Amino acid sequence: MTADLTFDLLLAASLLWSAWRTLATPDIFRAVILFIVFGLLLTLGWARLAAPDIALAEAAIGAGLTGALLLDAIGVLRGGGKKP
Amino acid sequence: MKRNYLAQALGLLAALFAAILIAVMLELAALPPPAVNLPDAVGVRMEATGVAHPVTAVLLNFRGYDTLLEIGVLLLALLVVLAVAPHGEKAPPNPSSRADPVLQTLARIAVPLMVLAAVYLLWAGAYQSGGAFQAGAVLGAAAVLLHLAGLLPRWDTPGARLRIGLAAGFLAFIAVATALLGQGALLQYPPAQAGSLILLIEAGLTLSLGLILAGLFLFLS
Repeated sequence: MTADLTFDLLLAASLLWSAWRTLATPDIFRAVILFIVFGLLLTLGWARLAAPDIALAEAAIGAGLTGALLLDAIGVLRGGGKKP
Repeated sequence: MKRNYLAQALGLLAALFAAILIAVMLELAALPPPAVNLPDAVGVRMEATGVAHPVTAVLLNFRGYDTLLEIGVLLLALLVVLAVAPHGEKAPPNPSSRADPVLQTLARIAVPLMVLAAVYLLWAGAYQSGGAFQAGAVLGAAAVLLHLAGLLPRWDTPGARLRIGLAAGFLAFIAVATALLGQGALLQYPPAQAGSLILLIEAGLTLSLGLILAGLFLFLS
């Protein structure tokens, strides 16, 4: 019981922390990496709430696809207008 | 100086909002249980749905109309992307990943496994967590991985086959819905065929979702 509660509290705290760091980090690359970390922690949260379907969707779409899309966007931004 | 005050005021406002939200959630937890028990209502009718997993039963059977509109919305989003995406340009070679043998080898190993995982998720949706949306997301991620490794060029103007693939899920869904209109209600499957009809719709949805999600990436990059 206490182990579960400790884990949940740690998870909630790290979710809030990573969400805040994602918004507050000045370096855009670190912000994207923190966003992916936030997505994976959120996946754990959904799994803890006994919602494996949402956890699967969050891992695949939220952390995976959106993270790749944001990383690609950074590549375009830093590439100096290589692509429109 | 003025901007500093504004930021502080906004931060105070956000903290106040968070406190109110937490108070409301604690209040909600103290309420008596709702009069309608939806999990039980679903459980009673599970026999007639053709699947064994309650989430799939709700998504594809009880609330099939919602899922039909969801794939419609995603298709519409892709059409908008196609309208604004640049056409007719020569695909610029991706210099960062063009000659990365490690990444390419990894992608060649990972993508067949991802396709296998997508098919498994589609099949598992009938009786446990999984289903068309998760399987489609894995398929889309596989295509994005191939593109980032430099193995799959960006998509320009979609050809006939790609267009059919993009619309297949929506069209299959509408075809099933139209064929069943004689039952008197939209998307009310006859219990004997419900399982196979849901699997047919989900297979189409998986293919289309994979292509749409990959397309959101590959048409724009």
